[in-house]
Amino acid sequence: MPQFLKTFLRRPAGAVGLTLLALVTAMAIFAPLIYPASPWEMSGIPFSQPGENGMLMGADTLGRDIAAGVVHGARISIVIGIASTLTALLIGVTLGCVAGYAGGALDSAIVRFTEIFQTIPNFVLAILLVAILTPSIATIILAIGLVSWPPLARLTRAQVRSVSTREFVQAARCQGQSTLSVVVRHVLPNAISPIIVLGAMTVAAAILIEAALSFMGLGDPNYMSWGYMIGAGRTVIRQAWWMSVFPGLAILTTVIAINLVGEALNDALNPRISRA
Amino acid sequence: MSAVKSLVSKLTGIAFAILVIATINFVLVHSAPGDPALVIAGQSGATDAEFIEQIRRDYGLDQPWFVQYTSYLTKVVTLDLGYSVRQRADVSDLILERLGPTLLLTLSAFGLSLIGGVFFGALAGLRQGTWKDLAISLAALILYATPVFWFGLMLVLVFSINLEWFPAFGYANIRAASFTPWQYALDVARHLVLPAVTLAAIYMAVYTRLMRASLIEVSHEDHVKTARAKGLTEGRILRGHMLRNAAGPVITFAGLQAGALIGGAVVVETVFSWPGLGRLTFDSVTARDYPVLLGLFLVMSILVIAINLLTDLIHRLVDPRIGAR
Repeated sequence: MPQFLKTFLRRPAGAVGLTLLALVTAMAIFAPLIYPASPWEMSGIPFSQPGENGMLMGADTLGRDIAAGVVHGARISIVIGIASTLTALLIGVTLGCVAGYAGGALDSAIVRFTEIFQTIPNFVLAILLVAILTPSIATIILAIGLVSWPPLARLTRAQVRSVSTREFVQAARCQGQSTLSVVVRHVLPNAISPIIVLGAMTVAAAILIEAALSFMGLGDPNYMSWGYMIGAGRTVIRQAWWMSVFPGLAILTTVIAINLVGEALNDALNPRISRA
Repeated sequence: MSAVKSLVSKLTGIAFAILVIATINFVLVHSAPGDPALVIAGQSGATDAEFIEQIRRDYGLDQPWFVQYTSYLTKVVTLDLGYSVRQRADVSDLILERLGPTLLLTLSAFGLSLIGGVFFGALAGLRQGTWKDLAISLAALILYATPVFWFGLMLVLVFSINLEWFPAFGYANIRAASFTPWQYALDVARHLVLPAVTLAAIYMAVYTRLMRASLIEVSHEDHVKTARAKGLTEGRILRGHMLRNAAGPVITFAGLQAGALIGGAVVVETVFSWPGLGRLTFDSVTARDYPVLLGLFLVMSILVIAINLLTDLIHRLVDPRIGAR
């Protein structure tokens, strides 16, 4: 493990990404301490410029503090990013394992199904799901998870197929271990590292989808989110650039950080592939 | 013979995909919280019990589910996508009149991102390790992480509010009615620039990274070494021996990204008030006009399948070996 950490941190991408990500995570965790008041509350004069009236990033059309919104928005982005990726992993890894290990007709059925899901415009399906099931954290997580699993399923299937032909898997099977135990204890642990990397990238993509959903007015109305702030500031961008610029920078920073971490993870976990 | 066979298998694949998509729609309407009749009415006539009752009869909601399911599928096949109570119009008409602008936007963005991605990717790959490579790779990394709608807003901020080069929103000037056809085309083109660049930029970043890696890989292949050993100029090696080979995987990947492109068009059209399917999606979300949303999902999915076929065609043109196989 120390070797792994060393490779990870030696790459500038890993160090920079991890630092940025730590910053955003700290923002998410300590939001109630940094800005104890609700980000929905009016705390100054509407349309205050950045730096005016003690508001670092200015105020929005209703006098709400943009900086407070940015800090609190980190929470929803990270929670939804992680939870929806876990949902996608659950679906994708399960289907991928079944397809890759079982093979045959079941395999081709799952592959077909996955391909169709990959063709469907996933953002449009997410819109439809959230709109019909009414927007809330739970439905947003479900919707993003439901549209994000196909790449994970494909990768898991390919990995499981290649690992399950190896000798130690055959040995485990010959010992009479149950299929479930062979897959969970022998195949998956040896197939997991590229899946972890893709999982990290999926978190980044999920955060972008969440932002786009709440930009379209499909966010959870109880929580401040970056996409909502940009959507609200959009109509007055001519008079007040700061309302949409700062939340956007927050999304950009978070997504870059996760992508960098993902790339460094890839180099550290799959040393052979990374030399391209 | 094999061409007919592959066509048949492609067509059954498409039919099956449409069936799955229609099924998703059907399941969604029936899994919505509350009465499906209210969903179909867009919750507008919730107070009017008689109206809800009529919808229930029209849509056969009092029938068993398989009757409803087959009748829904029949409607989809005959392109009857239902009626929007909100807009007082047939959903298929609403969608049809918005199709043109969306096709214009997505196809321009698709072409732009592919050409730009191949160009910048090749440039970065050829000059591997130089400042050009570094600058292109860094720009691609940042663009790839940028929310599309925010990028569009930033372009509006710079190019239409500050520099006043391009209009910030819309499809054509209000006085467009008095324009000659040429003036009109030019006007639409001016309106198209920012939305198309916005939509193209994100995918250009993806294709650039892919093209760079692909070109570097091709440059180590034997036939390229041979060409170099023969004393061909670098330009001829690139054009004659590397570009087509390297672009292949990029085009394949671009086809897979068609779904994301259409999804991107939804937010881009929202930002720029581009009167296409995306803007209609936004308006229908705001109004909770579910029949329109369901129809849009179906049509946009079919659009993605069409773009997939198109990239297949481009790929065949660029790499003739595919057709021969």
